[in-house]
Formats: sequence, structure tokens, C-alpha cells
Amino acid sequence: MKLCLVVDDSKVIRKVARRILEELQFEIEEAVDGQDALDACDRNMPDVVLLDWNMPVMDGLEFLKAIRSREGVEQPIVVFCTTENDMSHIRTAIEAGANEYIMKPFDREIIEAKFTQVGLM
Amino acid sequence: MKTEDFEFLAGLLKERSGLMLTPDKVYLLESRLTPLARKRGLDTLDALVQKLRLSKEEALCKDVTEAMTTNESFFFRDNTPFDLFKNHVLPAMEKSRGTRKRLRIWCAAASTGQEPYSLAILLRENWMKWQGWNIEIVGTDICTQVLDKAKAGTYSQFEVQRGLPIQMLIKYFTQEGDTWQISNDIRSMVSFRPFNLLSNFMGLGTFDVIYCRNVLIYFDQPTKKQVLERMRKVLADDGTLFLGAAETVLGITDAFRPVRGQRGMYVPSDGTAEQLMGLG
Repeated sequence: MKLCLVVDDSKVIRKVARRILEELQFEIEEAVDGQDALDACDRNMPDVVLLDWNMPVMDGLEFLKAIRSREGVEQPIVVFCTTENDMSHIRTAIEAGANEYIMKPFDREIIEAKFTQVGLM
Repeated sequence: MKTEDFEFLAGLLKERSGLMLTPDKVYLLESRLTPLARKRGLDTLDALVQKLRLSKEEALCKDVTEAMTTNESFFFRDNTPFDLFKNHVLPAMEKSRGTRKRLRIWCAAASTGQEPYSLAILLRENWMKWQGWNIEIVGTDICTQVLDKAKAGTYSQFEVQRGLPIQMLIKYFTQEGDTWQISNDIRSMVSFRPFNLLSNFMGLGTFDVIYCRNVLIYFDQPTKKQVLERMRKVLADDGTLFLGAAETVLGITDAFRPVRGQRGMYVPSDGTAEQLMGLG
């Protein structure tokens, strides 16, 4: 089973994402912001991170840059999942090393399509 | 709904589009045609049927047919038919058509355009290779409403996230408010026109590749056979036919045979396409 870290400050979004991803046979861990996500990665590096952008303490982009700058660790696949839906945000995320990008609102079909594209399914 | 009304509508749809409607699909008639009846100022579906029986008004028959055809589509739907196109069909065509440099592709149920545009994107991804080629992608559909959308090449945020990799969104789309517009480079590679698969195929020309996915499932056996055999006649001997995952030629016609191990991919029975594609 692959491990997915769901990072979002909204409890509701985390719950929705968890339900969809568990149905798709992923094991789930949750984090409430970028710093919390980094700590989770230190404990147990996930296969994939589903990552919100705007969060308190540390936002998604900062988390992405931090994790990508780490050397000698197995890098996770990172899929942004955010309400930021303009081209400049998308480009910024991809340039910083995101593998895919989901614009909220999302549904099971979108998650499934995007996770398939990055080779997780 | 009265049995004779159901039979009347089912007959009309069969005659005009080949669509087979079984009695368990009454709910589909009701859910799709009631809004159409209201739009026409009629109170009920019964009134709509009444009007159809009396006048057989062409515009109304057409609206009913269009409302009943299924137009769900997304980019790179099912992946495999596109991987096969990229990895096997195109390399074979590049060799076999290298002198004439001409390639014609037909999407026979193009719907809102995602399938022909996905193929255009795959060609564009390796565009240097196709310089000097005359490549034509023809998208047809019985429903003119969906073709208008296809031609416009404008998609919602939901639509561009179903199957389209983000890198391709960045490369081939621009954002216009809430919608995403496919680039002119891609749009100009595809021509769309209305076409009924029950009509004569003369005038379409011949093709190297045909995509006809998730259409035959709505036809009865003789109609499937007829459509497949006509397709054989407009497909090059070394051409390829793609059907939907739930469709097959087996038991319907021997004009085509499945390519072993490649789901949804068919070649003319007397053809040699498999060797060319390295799938023999």
C-alpha cells in the first residue's frame, strides 16, 4: 500500500481527500500545515503528498521548496491541491518541483486521473 | 410513459441515429426530454410525443436525437489508446508514409473535441518530426451542439483536469476567466463536421487511423456490422481502428481482427499493420 500525506488546514478537505484516497487503496497520514508536513516526512517519508497552498505557519510552496532541497532522501511525488487556479501559480508550483496540480474543487475522478498520470496507480 | 409512446420514440431514435433504446431506459427518455419539452413550451413529455407524431418536424426530431446521445468525454480518456497511438501507430506511420508525408485521422464520435485534440497534442509534442507533413484530424459527431463546443475549444476547469497532464495544460491552453482555451496551434490541426454513422461514407476520403470509441455499444448487431464494414472500406490496408474498451469486432464482422494483447486496437483482417507497428 502506498502512503499519501494529505496536507490541508481544512479538516473537511482532509476528510474528503482521505475518503477518496482510501477507496483508491492508499494509506493516509494527515498534516495541518507545511511545518507539520515536514515533521511527518521526517518520521516517515510518504510516496505522495497532496498539498494545499495557503496554510498558516508554513504554506505549501515553502514546504515544497524545503523538501526538494533535501539531499539524500527519497523524494515524494507532490501533487498540489489548491483554490489557486491561475496560470502563474501553476507555473510557480511546477517550476518549484511539483509533479501535478489540482485546482479545487476536486472530485474522485480528478484525483484518480492525476494520480494515474504521475504513475501512482 | 405509455408503451406506444416509448416505442414511437425508440423507433425514431433507431432510425435517425442507430441508438438502441431498451425499455429499462425509460428514465433516460424522461430525464432528458422533459427539459426539451419545456423549452419548446410544452407541459409534458406526452405533449412532446404528440407533437412529434403529428408533424415529424425536422428541427424537433433533431433536438430529440441530440438530447438522447451521450456526449461524455475527457482528454486522453482510458490512456491506452493514446499510448498505443504514440508508441506504435505513429512510429509505423512515420516509416510507411515517409514518402508521401500524409496522415489522415478520423475521430468518428468526436463529441466535445477532447479525443481529436488529445491526438493533436501528441503529434505536437514531437512536432519537429512532422515538419513538412500534411496531417489532418477529422472529428465528426451526429450532434451539432457538441461540435460547436468542440470547434470553440473552450473547456471548464473540471474538463481540463480530467485526463490532461498539467504540463500540457501549461503548454497548450490559455486561461480566460473561468475557462481554458486550447491554443490555435492545436485547434487548427482538427476540423469538425456533423456526420451520421448511418449515412454514406463516400465523401469522407480514406484514413490511416480511425477512433470510434463508445458508439457501437448503442447500436444493434446489424448496425454495428454495417458501420464496421464501411469503416474498413475507408481505412488504409495497414491502418488501425480503435474501439472502446467494452466494444469488439468479434462475432460481428471479420473485416477486422483484434491486435493480440492490445485492448481496443483492431486492424483489417487482411492487413499487415501489426508487423509495421512492432506488435506482430
